[in-house]
Amino acid sequence: MKASWIIAKKELSGFFDSLVAYILLVAFLGFSGFFTWLWGSDIFYHKQASLDTFFNVALWSLFFFIPAITMRQFAEERKTGTIELLLTKRLTDRQLVIGKFLACLLLVVIALAFTLPYYVAVARLGNIDHGSTITGYLGLILMSCAYISIGLLASSLTSNQIVAFLMALLIGVVFQFIIGSLGAGEQGWMGSLLNDLSIPRHFESMSRGVIDTKDVLYFLSLTFLGLMLTELIVSKRK
Amino acid sequence: MDILIEGLSKSYGSEKAVDNISFEVRTGEIVGFLGPNGAGKTTTMKMITQYLAPDSGRIILGGKETSLNNMRGSIGYLPEHNPLYDEMPVIDYLEFCGQLQGIPKNQVSQRVREMVVMCGLNDEKHKKISELSKGFKQRVGLAQAMIHDPAILILDEPTTGLDPNQRVEIRDLIRKLGVHKSVILSTHILPEVEATCDRILIINKGKIVANGTPDSLRMQASGKGLLLVDIEGAPRNEIQQTLQQLPGVTGIGLSADHKLFEVECTDSHQTSRSVYKLCVNKNWMLLQMTPVEARLEDIFRNVTMN
Repeated sequence: MKASWIIAKKELSGFFDSLVAYILLVAFLGFSGFFTWLWGSDIFYHKQASLDTFFNVALWSLFFFIPAITMRQFAEERKTGTIELLLTKRLTDRQLVIGKFLACLLLVVIALAFTLPYYVAVARLGNIDHGSTITGYLGLILMSCAYISIGLLASSLTSNQIVAFLMALLIGVVFQFIIGSLGAGEQGWMGSLLNDLSIPRHFESMSRGVIDTKDVLYFLSLTFLGLMLTELIVSKRK
Repeated sequence: MDILIEGLSKSYGSEKAVDNISFEVRTGEIVGFLGPNGAGKTTTMKMITQYLAPDSGRIILGGKETSLNNMRGSIGYLPEHNPLYDEMPVIDYLEFCGQLQGIPKNQVSQRVREMVVMCGLNDEKHKKISELSKGFKQRVGLAQAMIHDPAILILDEPTTGLDPNQRVEIRDLIRKLGVHKSVILSTHILPEVEATCDRILIINKGKIVANGTPDSLRMQASGKGLLLVDIEGAPRNEIQQTLQQLPGVTGIGLSADHKLFEVECTDSHQTSRSVYKLCVNKNWMLLQMTPVEARLEDIFRNVTMN
């Protein structure tokens, strides 16, 4: 665990040293702020003291934001050969994968922490439902875990960052749209299975303030599966 | 810590990269690992450092058999092409490596300071790695490999791409750092092996084809001697023909600048005596006679070309 933490710290400071973190934070806050407060069906349009609009926008921003931070994780190490450097130290493949995962998750949590003023502002404007806001944030974090593990998996499959980014987006698109749309058209067990595999459905119920073990388990198992596969690919040493 | 390799094999697909090799490296020994590109040097090194798992065979370090990552803490490794995190400052990078090697937190910065001094990085320690010259990058790579004072050092082409001065510096550094350690280093630069290594292993197509000190390899390979001779006092044709008829001489050639005779013979000692006597008898001037040792290049070509 200690070794994972050393990796996580190094990666996180790498994000901030290379401007990646700042650019992505500005993009994420700008994008979500713009759609939450200024444009389209924003908070004032709904005339409700709720962060639902923000959660919807954040869901989409994170969808693009996460592949951008995960794409370099293994692809870059592989391209420069530094992965060999790491995996000949006192560090197991699993510790490396967990360390990278933690670093990405921490960056997402930092980004989300910067949106807490939204919460404060809306709470002052009216009567906000604290419960659903908290579960909404929790849902965003859980969903991010799943997307990060997908991103890491994509990054471990290639030494080209762009390929890793596109691959992560592609897998994301499957979970974000395709499964859901297919599920809507299907009847019976097939339809319900597809619906159960769609990420937005699980997120929606969390952002409404419901913590269902099914949703939590869904995100956790997706994360776990992604990380397991990543470790497997890394251990192949291609 | 002794390194004992027994029957090590590794294939990539259907291609055998390393084919049932065995050798030993004792504590305090610096072994030069030679071979053409693609001979299996790097693969062997990756297996010793436990980055790759062997298909079969055993690697025993200090009496303990390795599995995928049980002995990593005893090994310092400088990979081929010396990969580094370019965006990190030297000192942060070394600290990161030290922490990963499990050096206790309160000792890391002390150890980093020692390595910085030992590797001559003091003036560069706050620079980003990308700003360093190739020679200094190589020092950072060595410092990184040595940070936890490992008993075994594996260096994959540590001097590739350096200028002659830097090569000498890195070589001296390896000699200095390698005392009391088992060191395996691979290289393409043959004079370097003679200058640095106690023993040479030559590997070709995944198999070990030569193993011994530079001198013992020469003895094995020689079998024939070469004398460079310069004689005055008669037309060159006549001299050449007379030399040809000496017992033990197998061939005469001319040196590259056409000034000296290259006398190939079975025993250079015997032949030099006869050349001297010949000159005395014929009243020729013997201006020069130099026995040429079999060069490492020739040995290398011999064992890897067929």
